[in-house]
This record gives sequence, structure tokens and C-alpha cells, in this order.
Amino acid sequence: MDNSYLIKTDELVKIFPMGKSKITALNHVNLQFKKAEFSGLVGPSGSGKTTLLNIVGSLDSPTEGSATVMGRKIEDLSHKQGAELRNRHIGFIFQTFNLLPVYTVFENVEFPLLLLGLSAQERKKKVMKALEWVQLADRVKSKPAQLSGGESQRVAIARAVVKEPKIILADEPTANLDAENSHNILRTLEKINRELETTFIFATHDEKVIRYLRRKITLIDGKVARDEVFENPVGKGEGQ
Amino acid sequence: MIKFILKGILRDRSRSLFPVLVVAIGVFLTVLFYSYMGGVMTSFLDTSAKFDTGHLKIMSRAYAENSDQMPNDLAYIGVERLMNELKKDFPGYVWTKRIRFGGLLDVPDDSGETRAQGPVAGLALDLFTPDSLEWKLLGIKDSIVQGNAPEKPGEILISDEFAKRLGISPGETVTLIGSTMYGSMAAANFTVAGTVHFGITALDRGAVVADVTDIQMALDMEDAAGEILGFFDNFVYREEEAGLAALKFNVKYEGEKDEFSPVMMSLHEQGGMIDMMGMINLYLPVLVIVFVIIMSIVLWNAGLIGSLRRYGEIGVRLAMGESKGHLYRSTIIESIFLGVIGTVIGTALALVIAFWLQEKGFNISQMMQSSTLLMNDVIRAKVTPMSFVIGFIPGLLSNVFGSSIAGIGIYKRKTAQLMKELEV
Repeated sequence: MDNSYLIKTDELVKIFPMGKSKITALNHVNLQFKKAEFSGLVGPSGSGKTTLLNIVGSLDSPTEGSATVMGRKIEDLSHKQGAELRNRHIGFIFQTFNLLPVYTVFENVEFPLLLLGLSAQERKKKVMKALEWVQLADRVKSKPAQLSGGESQRVAIARAVVKEPKIILADEPTANLDAENSHNILRTLEKINRELETTFIFATHDEKVIRYLRRKITLIDGKVARDEVFENPVGKGEGQ
Repeated sequence: MIKFILKGILRDRSRSLFPVLVVAIGVFLTVLFYSYMGGVMTSFLDTSAKFDTGHLKIMSRAYAENSDQMPNDLAYIGVERLMNELKKDFPGYVWTKRIRFGGLLDVPDDSGETRAQGPVAGLALDLFTPDSLEWKLLGIKDSIVQGNAPEKPGEILISDEFAKRLGISPGETVTLIGSTMYGSMAAANFTVAGTVHFGITALDRGAVVADVTDIQMALDMEDAAGEILGFFDNFVYREEEAGLAALKFNVKYEGEKDEFSPVMMSLHEQGGMIDMMGMINLYLPVLVIVFVIIMSIVLWNAGLIGSLRRYGEIGVRLAMGESKGHLYRSTIIESIFLGVIGTVIGTALALVIAFWLQEKGFNISQMMQSSTLLMNDVIRAKVTPMSFVIGFIPGLLSNVFGSSIAGIGIYKRKTAQLMKELEV
């Protein structure tokens, strides 16, 4: 395996049984993602975007072929090993933020670090750093219910980046946000990508997100239809 | 991590209040029932031992077979010699002889004609031996309502209720009409020294308390007594030890064919006590198990509702890399914490009421009007060290068991569905 790739799929196939028939969600997908990529999976609903994110995020395993993430074959991982991989190396950003409502902003961001078993001092330092990235250091004591949609998503981003993972998987991260908040979020993510060299993979059909991507992979019927690289994404500088 | 869980529990009342309430109510009922039943049984055993069975009782074999009829014609003869042997062979016990007798109490008027008459159930005790334990054992002095305690031979006590019914006052002379142990008619005059109220309906209806020597003379029972009662010297009944003492005594007289040879029975071997004590020993664990099952079902459902409500949270935690085992364990830790809180609250509330019931008691004399059970009219709870801890069995078990079942859903959750589920 070429070690310069963080993620590599070889002839990746995912088939879901649907009653007596079968649906092929991914059909012999071959992709590689390098460190610090800012890429996105685009395509219509049912094209296999989320299925691919699931497999790369060790939430699901392939039916055929192979997916290698951080040098570990997803199909060979036990549930516990999959959880460990997610815990150490993968951050998730969801469409609906999914913050824990009874905990403060600080505690929500702190949670992944608790799973890593870091000391209180280390946790505090990392949480504050993550909140500064998303410009919410002054809202540490707020509860999710007291935040706007944009702020909630920024907390979710802080939660995803706090452990400084190598990979962040974002599923429609701007779907519930207005244009201004979407641009703010995307600029924040781009900044994190640049400064921490985190590999981002989006699953989206939001045009605003697509304009920020440096690599756009179009999936149609579970196959890679196009894989385009942009030196200067058009979204850069928008919304300012 | 535990601190994180505790914060969640304390802040999310719907996650903690219902389980704590269910556990507290269940534990409250368990502890209260346990303490109350403990009080009832202790009172019953204590009263039975003092007034009837002793911790050990020796009778003639023939008397033992018909003891319900108080058959003094079958009484044991040679009591003094036997009591001396008992003191020597069983040093950890105190022994006292008693005669239970029935008869008619006749109250004469000034001209000697019958003014009133009534049937009595008599109890002859050792009242005048200087170190007699009967005064303390039966609390005679504390039970006197009118007059005084008997001070010399020929004086008796009668129940206050009976005295009122027959119009007898202390100082009056009454005649006891009965039969001797040989079957002939007996009549003896006694002076009523005072009236008593033991607080035991079965005794207070028509009891006469007399000195055993007086009754031996009146019923022609020289050196005879229906029963010799033995008590542990600290008056605390120990079932196993009493059973062994009875066995030891009976082995000695095993070979004798005489129906008047003595036989010893422990408290639990008398009057169906063994069945009753067996039932008590069965009831309490059954009660605790029933509470555990009922509360577990309720808490299981509460856990399922909680899991549904926290579906998103559980999904996010799985997605962030928390293993299913870790997540499951954290729900168990949560349930232990809630179980302890509920148990402490339930136990504290139950103990407050149990202590109150221990002091004040609950008067059941109206229910005991026709009872022949030797039970105190006022039933009190009894708080024992076990009362403080027994609630932890249903409190912790049910909550942990309920959460364990509800938490199985965590293992059934398909991580592949998380993205879709979390998009809702």
C-alpha cells in the first residue's frame, strides 16, 4: 500500500439486501485521499455518498473489495477496533449538529477527549483551543438551546476537531444553515484544514459547499463518475 | 467519565427523577413492610414465649399430646427434682414452673350467696420466690390497673376487663371452683390483690394470675406442674441452640415407656410455630423478589423510554468512537447511582415511619376481640440493623436489572444507520 494515502479504497462494493432484491450502493469504487485534502462527494440522493462516508468512518464494512483508513483495513476491524479508530483519528460533523442538550458547550467539546482518557488539564487546554478556532471561547458555559444554528454547528465542529483527528467526515454540514452561516462555517473548516492539515471529506449536494472544495468526486449509481481537482476553488473569498 | 455521567443525571431530571421515584417507592414499601413484619413477629414470638411456650418447655409426654386442653391430670410430678437437674445440665437457661388451669370464679355477696360468676383461664406462676423471674418477664407490676401486686399467699390478680364485668374490686374475696389433678372438685378462696391489663386480648378477657404454690395446694398438685418453661439467660431466643438443647434432653428420656416421662420442646416446635416461622422466612425473600421483579419491569420500561429520548445522544457517542461496551457500562453506572439515591431516600422515609411505629405502635385490639392468639394489642414495627440495608437489594437490583435489559438496545444499534438517524 502507498503510505502517502490516508484513505484508499480498492474495488469497493457495498450491496444492501432489500427484500428479495439487492441494491448496489457502491460499485467497484477506487479512490485515494491524501493528507490535508479538502474534498467532497457529490451526487444525487442514493448515489452512495453516505455509504462511502460510513465505510471510511468505520461505521459500516464493505461487501467486497477493501477500504484502508490510516493503514487499517476496515473490513478486518472488530466493532471495538472500529470505535477506537473513530475515537483517535476520525471526527464527524452532522447535518443537525447533534449536540448533547444537557451539557454545556465546553462539556460537549470535551466529550471526545474524555473517551481518550486525557487529564483534566490537557482537556481544558485542547477544548479552549478548539473553541477559539470556531470563535466561541466566550460561550463555554452556554447550553446548546441557547445557541443559534450557526453557533451550534461551530460547537459541533469544535467537538470534531478537538482531538485533532487526521480525518473529518462531514455529512451535509450546511444543510440547516443560511447562506451567511454556511460561508462562516466553510471558512472555519477551510482554516482548520489549512492549519491542522486535516483531511476533510464532505458528502453534500449544497452548491455553497461544492464551491469551496479543492477536489470534487461525483458519484452516480455507486460509481465514481468524475474526480476533479481545483487549484483555486471559486468559493474562497465568498461571503466576506 | 463518571463525573460526566453524574452531571447528565443531575441536569436531566426526566432521566433521573422517574427511576429515583420508582426505586424510592419500592424501597420504602420493602423497608417498611420488613420492619413492620419484623415487629409483628418479634412481638408474637416474644409474647408467646413469655406467656405460653417459653424458649423451651418441658411437659409430660401425655400432657404434651393434649396441651391445648390444659390437662392437669396429666401434669408432670417430681418438678423440684427435675428443675434441679435442669439447672445443673442446662446452665445457660433460667427455669420456672407454671400451671395453666381453667375454672369458674365465683363472687359472693355479703350473705355469702353468689353475686356474679364467670369462667376464667388461669396462670399459676412463681410469685413469691425472692429471685423469681416472672415479675420481670410478664411485666406484672407495670400491668396493674387497680390495687396492688400479690404480696402473700392467697392473693391473686384478675384481668381488669373481667373484674369490671363481674363488678369485683381489689380486696374482695372470690372463690375458684375447678377440679384437682385427680378429677375431684376443688374450691379455694382467694383475695383479689389487684387487677391487670396485659394488653393481650386473649388474656385480658378472663385471666387469673395466682401463685403456683397456692394453685398446687388448691388443685392437689403437690410437686407437680403442667409445664416447666426455660428461657435463655439473656432472654434472646436462638432457634438452633434451643433445638439442640431439646434434642439433648429428649435423648436422655428416649428409652422410657412411661407416658408421664418428660419431654422438652423448643419454641419453634410448639403450636405450629415451626410452620409460622417457616412462612416468615419464606415471605420476606419472596416479597423482596416480587418488588425486584415489579420494579425491574417498570424501570426497564423507563430505561427504554429514556433510551428512545436519548437516541440521538447514544448515536453521537457511538459515532464519536465510544464503544458499545463502554456505553452500556456507563448506563449501568448511571443506574447504580440512581439506585443508590432512590434507595437512600426510600430507606430514610421508611425508617422515619418505622421508628414512629416502633414508638407509637398500631392498636389492633378491635380486630383481636375473638382472637385466641397471644399477641399484643399494640403492634409495633421493629427497626433492626437489617432494616437499614435490606432496601439496597430491591433498590439496586431492580434498577441495574431494568437498565441492563433496556441497554441491550445499544448492542442492537447498527452503526451503519447512524448518519441517517442523526440527520433527523
